[in-house]
Amino acid sequence: MAMLHTVNKSPYQCNTLESCLNHTQEGDVVLLIEDGVYAAAKGGRAADALAAAKGVKICALSADVKARGLDGRIIDGVEIVDYAGFVDLVTETDKTQAWL
Amino acid sequence: MSDVKKFLYVNRKAPHGTIYALESLEVVLIGAAFEQDVALAFLDDGVFQLLKGWDTSELGSKNFQPAYTALGDYDIQKVYVERESLEERGLSEDDLLEMVYEDEDDDWAEKSSIRIVSREELAKIMQDSDVVLSF
Repeated sequence: MAMLHTVNKSPYQCNTLESCLNHTQEGDVVLLIEDGVYAAAKGGRAADALAAAKGVKICALSADVKARGLDGRIIDGVEIVDYAGFVDLVTETDKTQAWL
Repeated sequence: MSDVKKFLYVNRKAPHGTIYALESLEVVLIGAAFEQDVALAFLDDGVFQLLKGWDTSELGSKNFQPAYTALGDYDIQKVYVERESLEERGLSEDDLLEMVYEDEDDDWAEKSSIRIVSREELAKIMQDSDVVLSF
């Protein structure tokens, strides 16, 4: 019963990502979208928490990464997906939870 | 000239997730048109507004980043960026846009508008402003 979690808030502005990561289970996927992608920026404080998440696949939405000037600044281990990849994740998992 | 006030625009939001960054830019340009003493401050997630290299084509929204570099043409000479906010986010001055103005007191030499300041210095800048507008 893998679940897809989307996070659309900056980890520096509120604890949405932290709460999400506290509620994931092994095999789940976390997709960073909108301001959520800042969590995966290299060198940032939030990237450590993300890198420490075990057993969870982390993805980031390409359009949001590029729009924010983060292309090439994303930490290793985070998979960049496009809109079609977003749809694939929705279909591959049993359900989706949007962390707002 | 006594009616010139010191305006400080405080930017604390990342650029695309909310409308604040774009709205702030609009208001800043209006303020500059009224020939007030305008300064901008970028702190917290606001520093992301100045992270260079936006490509909004895939997102399908307007890339308003070039507007920041045009602020110098509106005689906006003071852009304060908080050092602690940059560091928390793994950023340095090299990651930021180039923002310049022409100094009329120095033969119109092109100078950087960006001033990296500490949290403490920024607190003082806020204190010294007549009007603070927060975005």
